[in-house]
Amino acid sequence: MAEPSPASTRPTDAAIGTGAGRVLLLVYGIFALSASARAGVQIATKFSEAPLAFLLSAFAALVYIAATVGLAVGGTRGRRIALISCSIELVGVLVVGTLSIFDKAAFPDATVWSQFGSGYGLVPLFLPVVGLWWLWHNRPRD
Amino acid sequence: MNGPLSTATIVVALLLGIWYLVRCALDRAPSNTDLWAMLGLSALVAVLVVVAVVGLFVGERPTEWSTFVGYLITTIAFAPVGFYLARLEPTRWGTMILGVACLVLPVLVLRLQQIAEVTGG
Repeated sequence: MAEPSPASTRPTDAAIGTGAGRVLLLVYGIFALSASARAGVQIATKFSEAPLAFLLSAFAALVYIAATVGLAVGGTRGRRIALISCSIELVGVLVVGTLSIFDKAAFPDATVWSQFGSGYGLVPLFLPVVGLWWLWHNRPRD
Repeated sequence: MNGPLSTATIVVALLLGIWYLVRCALDRAPSNTDLWAMLGLSALVAVLVVVAVVGLFVGERPTEWSTFVGYLITTIAFAPVGFYLARLEPTRWGTMILGVACLVLPVLVLRLQQIAEVTGG
């Protein structure tokens, strides 16, 4: 059987894509994939129905891809990419979530961020918060 | 797609997922048994996907069959990706990766079932 993992001994310069960061990497990867696939299908099959919502869908997909890449790359550059994309993601889910509740006509077909991501178990709402917390928790210290 | 095989996959994935999350909460890295269990689930999912692919050729095709194929590819790749990432992470978080992968799989299978139900047209 495995020994308990040495959670408290995580080095301060550990890569952001390791430890709990690797779980984040997986979850971001899942969202990058599902958001891109969804946006792709929406744009390919019924773009004219709600161009704004579907372009937003594609934008959300790009943000998830960027966050995944940032976490995977790590280092100063990866951190910056992840930080920027997590921030955009948080703003995006809050703005689109609010708009989709008050202006249903503009969002006839659900996007990842509609209703604060309720179609995805509200994970899109919590994910950027967890991501930002993780980046802050692992900020470079000298 | 809606047979006992799907149900079995969903139940096994959920049970394993809960097991992994408990193990993660107890601060356990994935043991060999945990990793083998994940491979077992991968095999079960692979059988399910093969059955579904055969169904595409002999039975009725779902209306959104390209989406269906996309989901099939994602589904068959999912557990192995979780296994691979967990191997890279020999800490409690590796166990959590297995748990998350196991809890997402039932969603994928349910989506496959939904898409498979809409046929003809």
